[in-house]
Order: sequence, then C-alpha cells, then structure tokens
Amino acid sequence: MKQNAKQSGFMSWLDKRTGIEGLKHEALNEPIPGGARWAYVFGSGLLYILLSQIVTGVFLAMYYVASADHAHTTIEYITKQVTAGGFIRSLHSYGSSAMVVTLVVHLGQTYFFGSYKGRREILWISGLMLFALVIGMAFTGYLLPWDEKAYFATAVGTNIAGEVPIIGDWLKALMRGGTEMGTLTLSRFFVAHVFLIPAGIFAFVGAHVYLFRKAGSAGPISEDPYEPKQKSEQFYPKQVIMDIVFATILVGALGLLSYLSPVELGPKANPADTQFLPRPEWYYLPIFQWLKYWSGAYAIVGIVVIPGIVAGFLVALPFMDKSLERRPWKRPIASFSFATILCGLIFLGWQSGHEDGADAAVAKQLAKQATETEAFMKTPFKSETMGPAMLIAAPLSPEAAKGKKLFTDNSCDGCHGDNGQGTENGPKLIGVSVKFDHDELVKVLRNPTQKMRDGNMDPVEIPDDDLALLIAFLNTLK
Amino acid sequence: MIGSHVTNVHQTLMIENSEVSKSGSNTSGSLDHPPPTGRRTFLGWVIGLGTVSVAGLLSIPLVRFALDPLTRAATSTGWSDLGPTSDFSETTAPQKRTISITQTDGWRTVLSEKSIYVVKKASGELTVLTAICPHLGCSVKYNESNNQFKCPCHNGAFTTEGKLVSGPPPRDMDNLEMRIQDGHLQVRYQTFRQLVKSKEVLA
Repeated sequence: MKQNAKQSGFMSWLDKRTGIEGLKHEALNEPIPGGARWAYVFGSGLLYILLSQIVTGVFLAMYYVASADHAHTTIEYITKQVTAGGFIRSLHSYGSSAMVVTLVVHLGQTYFFGSYKGRREILWISGLMLFALVIGMAFTGYLLPWDEKAYFATAVGTNIAGEVPIIGDWLKALMRGGTEMGTLTLSRFFVAHVFLIPAGIFAFVGAHVYLFRKAGSAGPISEDPYEPKQKSEQFYPKQVIMDIVFATILVGALGLLSYLSPVELGPKANPADTQFLPRPEWYYLPIFQWLKYWSGAYAIVGIVVIPGIVAGFLVALPFMDKSLERRPWKRPIASFSFATILCGLIFLGWQSGHEDGADAAVAKQLAKQATETEAFMKTPFKSETMGPAMLIAAPLSPEAAKGKKLFTDNSCDGCHGDNGQGTENGPKLIGVSVKFDHDELVKVLRNPTQKMRDGNMDPVEIPDDDLALLIAFLNTLK
Repeated sequence: MIGSHVTNVHQTLMIENSEVSKSGSNTSGSLDHPPPTGRRTFLGWVIGLGTVSVAGLLSIPLVRFALDPLTRAATSTGWSDLGPTSDFSETTAPQKRTISITQTDGWRTVLSEKSIYVVKKASGELTVLTAICPHLGCSVKYNESNNQFKCPCHNGAFTTEGKLVSGPPPRDMDNLEMRIQDGHLQVRYQTFRQLVKSKEVLA
C-alpha cells in the first residue's frame, strides 16, 4: 500500500497497462529454500553468456559471408581490419568455451546436489537438450572461419557421423551437402549455427526457465526436493547480487582474455593439403581421443553404443532415482559414475595432448602449423581482387591488345561493355567466337544482320588487318 | 516402486499445502518481512546503475565495430597517369584513352576499365572528358568526319570540347579533374549523375 502510494505517476500508468509490477514481483520474490548460495549462480551465468554470444554473433554477421570463396577473407577482414573486430570475434570464440565449461559445472551442480529430484524430470531433460544444442553450436561454429583447422576438424567430425551404422553415409552427405566438404557444407553449417540451433535454444531456454520457476528452487542438499521445509530467502537481493557478481567476473575474464590474447586465424583451408593434422577445439579433445580407441568393426561401440548409453542414463536418471536422499555421499553409485565419466573425459583430453607431444613427427607438424598461423596473422590483410577476368588474368597477346584498342577506339565498348560483358544497349560478346568462326565474324561485322542494325549496330569500317586484330580480341572473350 | 509411492504421498500433500508453501508459513522469515523498502530501492538503483555501466562499457567495442566502414575515408580513386603531356601537344582531334580504376569495397578490391577523351581546347589548354554520356550513360564516340562527339544510343551530339550541340542530353559532356605532375597528364576518374542539368559527383 505504502509502496503503491510512493509510485510515481508514470510507473503506475505503466503498471496499469503492462502489469510490470507483477512481473517484477514474480521475477524477484522467488523463494529460495535455505537461502542464496554461490552454488546457484551458474544457470544465470549461462544466460549471460548466451546473451553475449547472441550480441557478438549478430555483429560478426555484419561482415561475414558464408561461402567457401569469401568466408576466410571476411573473417580475416574482421580480425585484421575492422575496428575492435579481433576483440569481438575473440569474445564470441572464448564465449563458446566459457559456455561449455559453465554448462558442465551447472550440470554437475544439479547432478551432485540431486536437484533433478522432486517432479523435475522435464526440467532436467530440457537442460540436457540445451546441452546437446550448445555442443551443436560449438561444432557448427567451428567451421565458419574456413581456415585449415576449421576445415580439417570438420572433415573429421563429419566422417565420424559417417561411421553411424546404416544411415551413416546418408547423414554425412546431409551434413556436407554432398559427398565432399565444400561451399555447400559451409552454407549448411552457417544456417544451422545462426537459424536452426538458435531457434531450438530459444525454445528450450524458455521452457527451462519456466519449468524451473514452476518447480521452484530445489535448495541445498539437506532440503526435501518435493516439499521444501527450510527457511527461504527471496531471490532478490542476495541471490541477484551473487548472480551479478558471477556475471561480472565472466565479463571481466572474457574481456581480459580477448584483449590480451585475441583468437588467431590460420591460413585459408586448402583441401589439397595432405600434411595438415586437424585438432578440434579443446573441449572436443576428449571425444577426439576416445574415438582413437574404436576403429573398424568396433567403431560403432565407441561412436554410438557407449555415448548412447550415457545419454540414455542421464535422460532416465530422474525417473529411476526418486528417493528423497540428495547428499552425494549417500548416493555412491550416482556420484561415482558421474565422477568417473568426468575424470575419464579430463584424462582423455590430457592423453590427447600428451600423445601429440610424445610423437616427434606429430609435434613437429603441429609446431609447423602453429608457426604458419603466426605468420599468417602477421601478414597484412589482402583484399579479394574482383573485376573482369581478363583484368586480373594474364595480359593479352600483342594482337589481342591492339584489337582491344580498336574495340574501344571504335566505341564498340559503348554498347557491348568495357570487356564485352554487354550492357543494356547491346548484347554481350563473351563466347561470340565459340558461336561464330573467323569468317562468319568478318561477315556479320562488315554486314550486320537486320536485327543487329535495328539494335543500332553500324557496319565496322576498318581495314582488313585491323578487323583481324579486332577478331583476335573477340577470341579472348570467353 | 518405492519411488512412485513417495510421489503419490507428496502429490496429496502438495494439494493441501500448495498455497501455504508458495506464500509461506513454513517458508517463513523474509517473505513476510522483506527488507525495508528504502534499502531494497537503494540496492535496486545500485544494481541498475552497475548493469547500465557494464553494458555501456561493453557496447563501446560493438559500436566501434559497427561504425568501422564510416570511419574509412570514401574510396577516392587515385590519380591515373595518361602519359607525358607532349603526347597531346600535336593533337587536334580528341584522343581516346583507357584507364584502370581500382576501388576498395570492404574486403574486396574491384578493378574496372574506363574510357576518357583528352581534348586540346582552342586556347591550347588540355582538358579530360569522361566518355559517359550525361543522358543515359552510353559511351560517347568521336566522329572525325564532322568533328563531333556522338552518342550511339540517342544521337546526342557534342562539339570537340564537349559542348552540347543537339539531342536529348541535359548538359555538356562532363570534364574530369586533372593535373600535370612531372610533365605527365594525370586524371582522377569520377562518375556523375545522369539526366540532370548540373554536374553532380556520384563516386
């Protein structure tokens, strides 16, 4: 009452039309059983990173072109030329790592705290879906710069999809837009990265936040997940402040990292390069290493069966485990299996780096690739040169060059274009020498057909020698 | 089995207690007695101000990133060399030349070739005319038989110095900015708006 009276005229006007006070109340007065804790900051931290990824991603799209011809040039332009380009790209790139790390911590916290219990099955599954979608974002985003490591890492990634039984080849071709990696692959990955997967992320983030609010905060491990009994504290202000502090640390860390150590870009992908050793982004290294152990007939076990069992176990978890017990040490099987998988992944990641270092040939090649990247980063940006092919290509033969002079001196270019490409006033001449042989060309140039005359084409009245030179030029227009 | 039993018990409890648990006799304390309004409002301002300043700080690189093309000087095509002025000293009729133009367009460099005429005026001064007709942009051709420029598209005619004689063009042929550097004639290529009476630079 007192609060309402204190409201300014504008706020009361706005509230009557939007119900903003109710929304504010809903958002801020959420009860947290057992009170605010640092353990709960990761979910809102993820929302912050998502926001940062969306904003930086939209800005990067201002300059990026998703085509095998231009993708690398545009990223190079962003990195080397555009003001703050290297910084924004680094924020986006490091942001993806921060997303994966924070997501694993958020998942781990929910798992170890038993927070998936208490009618939270769909909430938990929507979180797992988000995990899969984020992994998909990381995979599709990695290809977009189209440098050597992006190209070859994705070639390996899509080959793995090809190992899936029965539909493998089809799945690989679907991802690549054909049997080989190429510009269609890039277009597909771009569409998945900026349209398809984000649509899924928006939908599931909405569902996840809604379901979380519906179920309420699960509270600490000593709390009953069904009927919270501990003294609760409102979300605002203490938890809000903790969340903001965490988000600020993320902002600071990502900003500092991007500023001090901007993400590099390697040389443009060269599919013919047989030496290049692809290495995925660090958070994919455990999977990369894992797949080394499963080859031939057993590949299906490593690629489909075991990951399928792990995913199935995670999905089934809240349906199987409905006990009130939440303390991790009283749930040894659950805690042990999660810790094993996590440690296994960390070990595999370490193993991958260790093996690369131990093999002299591999270490040498990786060092060479790093040097090439360094060197590429130091070379100044070179723009793509465009124009009529003949301007860029080798110079004309002396005859054709003289013929070209005749072409402009007689204003043929006025209607047929600088380089015979055609204008609205005259047809293109490119390919004309394929259509007509030398004698036919002489004939129509000396005596244009009625249709040509109607289009303002005058007979060419130059000496025979010059006409031969002009035709020599026309022969170059292909 | 045990699990589903527990759930049922809880569901029953839930129906009875749902209102209570939401607004809370058993979730006592702060819900019934929120911190004094003054402190909450103050905190709100501090958080709001902090958020706005962090967002403002972050938006600086974003704005600079988006405005980058505006900070680059408009791509003025440089000077193209047409050779020593002595090449044109004997000239009576206009001389046609082709110059290569390089334009920067973001991450691209676009090459193109343009035709121009070098004209020696009656006064002896050199002037450079673009071959593009101010009417609809066709390439104007010099006709030695009657000492006139003629546009092949709509028969616009101009004098040797580019003055409009007859036809639909709205103005004289456009002359280009030129200079003499170390005895060489140089020209800066530009394009002009068509179909208007006065010469307006487009690019």
